[in-house]
Amino acid sequence: MNKDVKVIKVKNLCKKFGDFTANNNLSFEVSKGEIFGFLGANGAGKTTAIKILCGLSYPTSGEISVAGFDVYKQREQLKRNIGYMSQKFSLYEDLTVFENIRFYGGIYGLSKEVIHRKADDLLKKLDLQHARNKRISSLPLGWKQKLAFSVAIFHNPEIVFLDEPTGGVDPVTRRQFWDLIYEAARGGITIFVTTHYMDEAEYCDRVSIMVDGKIEALDTPAKLKEDFNAGDMDQVFLALARTATNVE
Amino acid sequence: MNRFIGFLKKEFYHIFRDKRSMLILFGMPIVQIMLFGYVINTDLKDVKMAVLDHSKDEYTAEIINKITSSGYFQINNNLKSIEQADAIFRKGDVKLILVFEPDFGKKLVKDSKAIVQILTDASDPNTASLEVSYLQGILQNYNVEINQDNLLPSSIQANSRMYFNANLESVFMFIPGIMATILMLVSAMMTSISIAREKELGTMEILLVSPLNPLQIILGKVAPYLALSFINALVIVGMGYFVFGVPVLGSFTLLMAESVLFIFLALSIGIFISTVAKNQQVAMMLSMFVLMLPTIILSGFIFPIRNMPVPLQVISYIIPPKYFIVILKNIMLKGVGFEYVWKESLILLAMTFGFIGLSLKKFKIRLQ
Repeated sequence: MNKDVKVIKVKNLCKKFGDFTANNNLSFEVSKGEIFGFLGANGAGKTTAIKILCGLSYPTSGEISVAGFDVYKQREQLKRNIGYMSQKFSLYEDLTVFENIRFYGGIYGLSKEVIHRKADDLLKKLDLQHARNKRISSLPLGWKQKLAFSVAIFHNPEIVFLDEPTGGVDPVTRRQFWDLIYEAARGGITIFVTTHYMDEAEYCDRVSIMVDGKIEALDTPAKLKEDFNAGDMDQVFLALARTATNVE
Repeated sequence: MNRFIGFLKKEFYHIFRDKRSMLILFGMPIVQIMLFGYVINTDLKDVKMAVLDHSKDEYTAEIINKITSSGYFQINNNLKSIEQADAIFRKGDVKLILVFEPDFGKKLVKDSKAIVQILTDASDPNTASLEVSYLQGILQNYNVEINQDNLLPSSIQANSRMYFNANLESVFMFIPGIMATILMLVSAMMTSISIAREKELGTMEILLVSPLNPLQIILGKVAPYLALSFINALVIVGMGYFVFGVPVLGSFTLLMAESVLFIFLALSIGIFISTVAKNQQVAMMLSMFVLMLPTIILSGFIFPIRNMPVPLQVISYIIPPKYFIVILKNIMLKGVGFEYVWKESLILLAMTFGFIGLSLKKFKIRLQ
């Protein structure tokens, strides 16, 4: 992690839908190569904030830059420099492993040669060479998920947004998935991750917890546990979430 | 551009690897045409007909003999005058009257040309036209027979006249109808389902987060269906022409241009449905009930609009295929040019812009 370089800068982000305030004055910064956990109960406003950071929706007010690009004016460049993966894995089931890689590499403008070279490296690394021409639908869930993550960072983004990437996956596979995340972070990719699993929150460098559209806590897991006098992140989360009113 | 081609490639993979899509795309039009074509063209047997013989010579006797022995017709009435025709048709006893002109035989030998008139009850126009062509076939065969050792070939000219339905409306109607149905199905339904599928699987989010802009995404989604629909239009017109003899009397280019216009409209409806539908199921239901059923029932394809109750007639005015069917009918069967279909074309164009506008509006609201 390089604390001198801030790849996400958010200052006074507000997002309103009519009378409802989904994001109430959020401010935070994320360093290059940091694993940043973005936690909150359903309805706390996480998804709204992620959409804004990904350039999918405009904030009502606030100064926000992602990978050095302004979310109001430089969406195109912003989108080129981020990756995204949701809990739905986002690979096409009726395409083969390689076709998926080629498609996603293609829409990020990578050349044919680069796609072929990187695809070979990737399949070797994941030990999936034998599955290169198999349809995604025939792969086990854990492989799909690893592959989806690798595809999300295939174009070497500055930041990758992971929206509950490990939903519905067994603990062993989750552990392996986090190994991939660590490796990507060591390679300088910033990880912005939301999760419902509090053990995963412990893996993050820093964690923010949102309640009712506001960030109520933001620090390293160790510091948070100390502040809230809690044994684990679960207790920290529950202590904060109990104060919420906007629960779905 | 490369990005876009990659996108198109992926879309075609989706279509070609999905058995259901392939079946709808290529099986459906052929099955529908065959079904409608052959259900209408049932075989003829013992069709009741009458003869009005002003000539009563050996030639007419021989022709009547041929007709009776063909097995297709049964002559159960001999008329004395043409005035009886209307009454006998109204009674429904006969479907067909064959009229020989006076001195038929003499004219055939001397002038090498004689005239018969075929009168039909065209209230069931599909059968009527079939009966006429069978009868003409018999006359033609006879003509060939008597010409075998003749140096000056003679000809029997058969003029046919329809009673009750002079313009033979609704004959060949099934081709325009199938065309409208299939294009609607492929363009609107399959597009909306394919976009809804991306939403359901979560891949739409990925596409939106990618540097592709929404316009590229939508174009990439609809372009393959535009191409496939166009091929379908060609197949339907071609099959109609070669298998069932449905003519294209007007300009073929105009016909195809109007088809492309209708495909654009159907695609814009498909896009609109996909902005409303959250998943494939909803998109399918909406397409079925909001598009397919009205297209089949209210567009004038199967049931004549003028026979419908007034409220349904009013509704039929907002059904896009109705206008397309009118356009097709005019170009294919009446052979008229653009000056006769510009109004309908304009309505289709306005509807297209309307749906694109609505979709853009919905899309903007979502991105806010």
